[in-house]
Amino acid sequence: MGLLSKKDAKLITDPLADNNPITIQVLGICSALAITAELKASIVMAVSVLFVLGIGNVVISLMRNIIPSKIRIIVQLVVVAALVIIVDQVLKAYAYELSKTLSVFVGLIITNCIIMGRFEAFALGNGPWRSFLDGIGNAAGYGLILIIVGFFRELLGSGTLLGFKVLGDPIEKTGLYAIGYENNGFMLLSPMALIVVGIIIWVQRSRNESLIED
Amino acid sequence: MEHIELFFKSIFIDNMVFATFLGMCSYLAVSKKVSTAVGLGAAVIFVLAITVPLNWLLDQYLLQPGALSWLGEEYVDYDLSFLSFIMFIATIATMVQLVEIVVEKFSPSLYNSLGIFLPLIAVNCAILGGSLFMQSREIPTLSLSAVYGVGSGIGWFLAILAIAAIREKIRYSNVPPALRGLGITFIITGLMAIGFMSFGGMLTGGDEKAPKENKTAEVKLTVDKKEVLANNIKLNN
Repeated sequence: MGLLSKKDAKLITDPLADNNPITIQVLGICSALAITAELKASIVMAVSVLFVLGIGNVVISLMRNIIPSKIRIIVQLVVVAALVIIVDQVLKAYAYELSKTLSVFVGLIITNCIIMGRFEAFALGNGPWRSFLDGIGNAAGYGLILIIVGFFRELLGSGTLLGFKVLGDPIEKTGLYAIGYENNGFMLLSPMALIVVGIIIWVQRSRNESLIED
Repeated sequence: MEHIELFFKSIFIDNMVFATFLGMCSYLAVSKKVSTAVGLGAAVIFVLAITVPLNWLLDQYLLQPGALSWLGEEYVDYDLSFLSFIMFIATIATMVQLVEIVVEKFSPSLYNSLGIFLPLIAVNCAILGGSLFMQSREIPTLSLSAVYGVGSGIGWFLAILAIAAIREKIRYSNVPPALRGLGITFIITGLMAIGFMSFGGMLTGGDEKAPKENKTAEVKLTVDKKEVLANNIKLNN
């Protein structure tokens, strides 16, 4: 049996693939696209959402029986906003440069549909431990897509990964650049994020035909 | 002039959907039919036009470092900007609720067309994003912030209208099965965003500075010429 029962483990593994929040549920796309030009920013964003969604789901789940349903949206917004302020202050204190790159998109975690969506759909009807697992699972599914998009955009756009020159030096013409390879600067522009996500959806749905919409 | 420039800039160059990806969730979810897209777009313009100036006032007189100086000398050092997220989102949520009540009371027909979209809007990233960009771009006056709110609302409206029209037509085309629905919408939006990038050069004002320098140089030249002329005249005399 171990730490997780089969049902609980499914809560984590499902959102990673067949119920992915970005490609299947269409939630949380706003922030997913804007900050994925670098792998580092994508990872930081994924970790921030993991923190906010994990803790937020537990808090909402603990309060689910005392929140009047008429004002639940405002209550949820206040909980998320408080958690996001913590993330923002920590980033400003320990990674100031990065928080400048992410600019307003840290604040936009508040209105990230993933978070409100999981609160509404799961945390309001389930206990804290299951809500925690659901939060972690969905944030991981979100982070996975973010990291894939960030990986390709940084690799093809500037030839680096996390700032390391993995393809050689474009100015001194070493590595791949020696045989005439060029960086595709277009990958760094924002429209390419949309197209990369479109391609991920394409690949995923070709592999699993039950996901195809009509 | 400044107002017109900001207006067009927020519609085309800094278009919320195509340049900054704000409000993508509702953009993708509600763009299946043109009529609902128009309803949501109108509601977004309406709410942005109200909340951005309101949050500008909050930012200016409550949140910025030193903004509390109107309370008295001892409040000058306070910096409440870390509270801006929670203040902005609370303002937006209450305003949306208030607008819903007022519209329901005074104009039932408008409520019927906008009403169902208003609760959706409280959690639309475009609304909070508008206020956060207003803060980070340091828009200087209240009227400019109102122009910015309306302009970005119209930009969002245009975007959702365009994609809804395309999605209505694309039903008749032969899209690869795995791309149908969400996938093709992403790719079309990407292509539209590439198109919108061409507006980038519209208001750069890149040519503005150079002629000015030339002008001053010319003025100097003419002055020099005049001096030379005057000297010549003096010499001749």
